[in-house]
Amino acid sequence: MFKDLFGKPKYVTVKSREKQEREDISPDSHLWTKCSNCNAIVFNKKLVENLMVCSECNYHFRISARDRLAITVDEDSFQEFGADIHSEDPLDFPDYKEKLLQAKIKTGLDEAVLTGEAVINGFPVVIGVMDFTFMGGSMGSVVGEKITLAVEKSLETKKPLVLITTAGGARMQEGLVSLMQMAKTSAAVKKLDNAGILYICIMTDPTSGGVTASFASIADIIMAESGALIAFAGPRVIKQTISADLPEGFQRAEFLLEHGMVDMVVDRKDMKSQLARILMIHQQGVRNCG
Amino acid sequence: MANNILDFEKPLIELADKIKELQTFMDEKGLDLSEELGRLKERAENLQKEIYDDLDTLQILQIARHPNRPTASDFVEYIFDDFIEIHGDRKFGDDKAILGGIGLIENKAFTFLGHQKGKTTKENLSRNFGMPHPEGYRKAFRLMKQAEKFGRPIISLVNTPGAYPGIGAEERGQAEAIAKNLMVMSDLKVPIVVVVTGEGGSGGALGIGLGDRIMMLEYSYYSVSTPEACAAILWKDAEKSPEAAEALKINAKALKKLGIIDRVIKEPVGGAHKDPEMSAKLLKAAILEEYEELKKLSVVELIEKRYQKYREVGEFSFKPNEDMLKEEVE
Repeated sequence: MFKDLFGKPKYVTVKSREKQEREDISPDSHLWTKCSNCNAIVFNKKLVENLMVCSECNYHFRISARDRLAITVDEDSFQEFGADIHSEDPLDFPDYKEKLLQAKIKTGLDEAVLTGEAVINGFPVVIGVMDFTFMGGSMGSVVGEKITLAVEKSLETKKPLVLITTAGGARMQEGLVSLMQMAKTSAAVKKLDNAGILYICIMTDPTSGGVTASFASIADIIMAESGALIAFAGPRVIKQTISADLPEGFQRAEFLLEHGMVDMVVDRKDMKSQLARILMIHQQGVRNCG
Repeated sequence: MANNILDFEKPLIELADKIKELQTFMDEKGLDLSEELGRLKERAENLQKEIYDDLDTLQILQIARHPNRPTASDFVEYIFDDFIEIHGDRKFGDDKAILGGIGLIENKAFTFLGHQKGKTTKENLSRNFGMPHPEGYRKAFRLMKQAEKFGRPIISLVNTPGAYPGIGAEERGQAEAIAKNLMVMSDLKVPIVVVVTGEGGSGGALGIGLGDRIMMLEYSYYSVSTPEACAAILWKDAEKSPEAAEALKINAKALKKLGIIDRVIKEPVGGAHKDPEMSAKLLKAAILEEYEELKKLSVVELIEKRYQKYREVGEFSFKPNEDMLKEEVE
C-alpha cells in the first residue's frame, strides 16, 4: 500500500519511471489509515513520522525497498549495482512476462531486490534490500544473482554485508532454476564465512520459504523486525497439514527469539542505530585482530 | 498390489493377463497357439512402447509417487555390499525420514544419505512419509562432516514430498537446518553424488541435494513446489495441477534440457517398481561411473567446479528488457 514515503529518493541511482502509476493509497489522497492490526485510526502524517509503525499497537506496516533504504543508510550514500540485470523466462511459464512487467510498473523497481554499497552511520557496507510488493519478494534468477553479486562485492571490498529480507520464497514461475538460487546464494555466503567477513541479516515481515531456508538463516547475526512473520512453511500450509490451530504468536519474530532462531527483535525506529552499534563493535574487533 | 495399478497401465495389464490365460490354455489342452501368442506379445510390446514413450508429466508424477517404488533402504540393500545405519543428530532426536549410514560398494567406503519413505501405512507413519524434521537435516549434516573428516565420498538419494510443515519443525528451525546443509555441502571436501529417485520436493529435497553430480531416475520429478500447491497459489485453483505440472517442467528429461541436472538414469520398463533389482543395478552403475570421474579431481578442483556449477545457475539478461517485453505483450 504505502511506498516511497520518506522523502524524495535522492539516494537512489535507479532511474525513476515517468510512467509509474500509483494506484496505492498515498498520504496525499487520504488523511488517515486504519491499522490492520488494532483497527485504530492513525493519521497518515503521524504514521509516516513514526516510520509506518502504528502508534497505538506498535504494528509495523510493510514498507518498500526504497523506503527501507531511506531509513537505513546515510543520505546520498547508496551506490546501486546490479540494476542492469533483468529476468528472463527460462520455462516459458504462462503469463510470467506480463506479471514481471506489471510488477515493474507497480513498484518502479527492476526486480525484488535492490543491491548496492552504502554507509550506515559512517560505517561502509554492502547492502541488499528486498521488496515484497515485487511478485511477493520471490527469489528467481535475478534475485539470486544480485544477492550473489552483493556477497562477492563484500568479499572484494571486505565491507560487511547487510541483507534485509522480505520474501514469499522461491519464484514459482522459474521452477527449479529458482530453487537452485537457494544453493547458489548459500554457497556464496559460505565463501564470505570462510573469509571472515561479517554478514548481518535483517528479517522483516514476511520472510519465508526458500529465502529463509537459504542465505537469510546463515548470517552471523540475525536481527528481526518486531512482529515480523518468519517461517519456512507458511502458517496456512501448516494449519492445513496438521488440521489444528496454531499457537498464539507462532512464527512471529518474538517467537523465533524465544526459540533461539534469531539474535534480537528490534523496533523499526531503533534498527539503524542498533545495526550501527553492531558494525561499530565488530570493526573494533577487526582492528584489535589486525 | 492390485490397488496400486495406475490408470494408464491398465491396458497393458489386461493384455498381460490375456497372454497368461492363453499360455495356460495352451499348456492345459496341449494345443500349439504360439503364432497367436506371438502376436499378442508383439502387441503388448508395442503398446508398452507407445504408453511409456509418451507419458505426460502427471503420469510420471504417479510413477514417482507409486507406493511400491523402491525406497532408499531398498536401493541400499541392492547397491551396498555391507551397510551400517547411523542414527541421530546429537541435538534432539533421530529422524526416521532420513536414512543415514556408512557402507561398502565394491570394497570402497561411502557415506549414504537418503530420504526414507515407508511401504506400509504403519511404516510411513514412523517415517513421516519421507518428510524430514530439522533433526533429519542435522543428522545429515553430522554425517556429511564425518564423511569429510574421513575422506569418504557421499551418495545422497532424494525422495521426499518436502520438508515437513509442522509446529515442531518450525520451532526447531527447519529453515536454518536446510540452509546450514546447503552451506556446508557447497564446499565439502569429498565428492557428493546426488540422485533424485522419486519425489524431489522443493527445499526439503535440496536440503540433502547439493552436489557435484545431480542425476534423476527417468520417472522421478524435481520441483520448486508441488504442482498442486503451484496451481493453488498462482491460479487459486488446485484443479489446475495438470497444467502446473507441465508448466513447471519438473520431469527428468525437461530438467536435463534446462541444464539443471547432469544425467537421466534409465528405469526398467514400466518404472522402477516393476523391477527394483534392475533399477538398482542401473542406479549403481551410474553412481559409480560418476564417482570414478570425480575421483580424478583434486580437492581444490572438486570444490571450485562445484561452486561454479551453482554460481552459473540462472537465466537473466543485461539489457533493459522492457522493449522485448513490450513486443511480447503486443
